[in-house]
Amino acid sequence: MKGKTANVGIVIVSHSPLVAKGTADMVRQMVGDSVPLSWCGGNPEGGLGTNAAGILAAIEAAWSDHGVAVFVDLGGAETNSEMAIEMLGEPRSGMVAICNSPLVEGAVIAAAEAAGGASLAKVVATAQELSPS
Amino acid sequence: MVKSREGRLLSLQTDRELVLGLIEACHEAIVIHADDLCELDRAIGDGDHGTNMRRGCEAVYLDRERLCSLPLPQAIETIGMTLVMSVGGASGPLYGTLLIEIGRRLGTRENEADFATILGEAVDAVARRGRAHAGDKTLLDVLYPVQTEMVRQSALINIAKRAEVSAQLTADMKAMRGRASFLGDRSIGHVDPGASSCALLTTAICRYLREYRPA
Repeated sequence: MKGKTANVGIVIVSHSPLVAKGTADMVRQMVGDSVPLSWCGGNPEGGLGTNAAGILAAIEAAWSDHGVAVFVDLGGAETNSEMAIEMLGEPRSGMVAICNSPLVEGAVIAAAEAAGGASLAKVVATAQELSPS
Repeated sequence: MVKSREGRLLSLQTDRELVLGLIEACHEAIVIHADDLCELDRAIGDGDHGTNMRRGCEAVYLDRERLCSLPLPQAIETIGMTLVMSVGGASGPLYGTLLIEIGRRLGTRENEADFATILGEAVDAVARRGRAHAGDKTLLDVLYPVQTEMVRQSALINIAKRAEVSAQLTADMKAMRGRASFLGDRSIGHVDPGASSCALLTTAICRYLREYRPA
């Protein structure tokens, strides 16, 4: 589905593979196959942690020419996601946004928004409304 | 940076020995202290800093023959990218950014005296990457003092001492970034694991360079 969909892609990044996969399952239950979706959980050895190369691969897998929204749990997930986005290079790096929102709620609400064809900016804004600023 | 007076051809040979020596010195320092770093991290974080740093250093070490065949700037940048890809925690992008930025800048500048400036710019990039400042109880609390010593052109032994003292001083700080910040005031009294690994690496590098004599 690489780049073919008109909908924004969703990427879930957690320190735990179980949390990442579980969150992706909940998103899938909500929107089916209408949104490109991928997840990355754990460090390069599969233990708890984060993995820049894996995040990069997840962004590629959920790629949409309309943009990709990335959902992260704790600090290292965010730092590694930022690094992965930079590694995508211009101009694609400018089409990926990390959402400042709770992981599960943010991803599900964002996916529902994305399934309706909303822009990346709208998808991100909807998810971020969940966060007290 | 390590250009010999005899010219560039010889300096490539020198780069090879230097890169290999630095990789081995840093790898040894982290492997020996990995458990200590995990223990520091268990007190105020998730307890994996030593494991993560060891994973990163092992990845670099396994690739050392290829890395030491590269000119120094590219070797440093490539080591940074290897750390990003292998560490598995926030320290990957942080140390990775430091080395990638140093390598890229070294490649475009000729003057050895620029190294303190290059390091300063690279440390600023690390601060932006981690959105952290001096005093936040992070590896920056070692990197900034080390950079200051380099601007002063201090002896290697003094740079190493400053790094070690600076890491210890993070015990008095309250963590403002990373998981340790979740502990608030309870983070006070513990040395920051990232600052500690940074001091270990600085000391290993300084010790190696003191003994290193370009051919």
